[in-house]
Amino acid sequence: MALDRALVGRSYPPSAVYEVGRAKIAEFATAVGDPSPLYRDAEAARAAGHPDVIAPPTFAIVVSLEAAMVVLDDPDVAIDYGRVVHGEQRFAHHRPIRAGDRLIATTTIDAARTVAGNDLLTARVDLATEDGEAVCTATSMLVARA
Amino acid sequence: MSAVVRLADVEVGTELPEQRYRITRADLVRYAGASGDFNPIHWNERVATEVGLPGVIAHGMFTMALAGRAVTGWTGDPAALVEFQVRFGRPVVVPDDDAGAELTVRGTVAALLDEGRVRVDLAVGSAGEKVLSLARAVVRLA
Repeated sequence: MALDRALVGRSYPPSAVYEVGRAKIAEFATAVGDPSPLYRDAEAARAAGHPDVIAPPTFAIVVSLEAAMVVLDDPDVAIDYGRVVHGEQRFAHHRPIRAGDRLIATTTIDAARTVAGNDLLTARVDLATEDGEAVCTATSMLVARA
Repeated sequence: MSAVVRLADVEVGTELPEQRYRITRADLVRYAGASGDFNPIHWNERVATEVGLPGVIAHGMFTMALAGRAVTGWTGDPAALVEFQVRFGRPVVVPDDDAGAELTVRGTVAALLDEGRVRVDLAVGSAGEKVLSLARAVVRLA
């Protein structure tokens, strides 16, 4: 079934708050094998000008990919979840995510098209603090193969 | 921590040090837990082959994270990475042995942008095949 182009521009209600914890950042940094002290040591992070430990550049996916799932739950989005693979990923960091951030994710459909039977859906997730400070824009292109 | 690489040190064509990362099944299990992506194609051979894959494959986002390490390790400052994008071209198959798979990441400065920003194009391969395409990072250097 082809994706309806009228979906482009559709935005979903903001997510619940995701509170970024130091332990979660350290766990993620260890999982990707990155030894940087900026991910683990608040003193080292402060010495580098950050208020607290910062997160590795791809940590945003922990928050953004779950937020993007709101699109696949939309009954108007005729995509078979079981066929979905991750096609592309892009991050634009306005500033590093850091421990203590209380993030809200807002998801918007940036593109929807069907090419050779494959459904391509681009979900943009804007991560901002509760106070409205823009932190990261994470854009995921999901592919449902024919 | 200040950036190891300064804007004055780079020009179009500057190459990043090549990085090689080993990926084992244990790494995939650890990444699944840390990221929350428990798709069984990243840890279960039976499920992976049932959906037509050659075997268990690495999370695309894990591969992207390793490519990112090559960039942040070069700049010395993870906060310098302001934009990062990849297309997941080919899966990285991770065999069930101690050697696992090897990922090779090379990077080249492709363009000098405004405001101290520098575009780095990445070549990311495994077992002789390119696994990421359109892999680019933009870093802001002092």
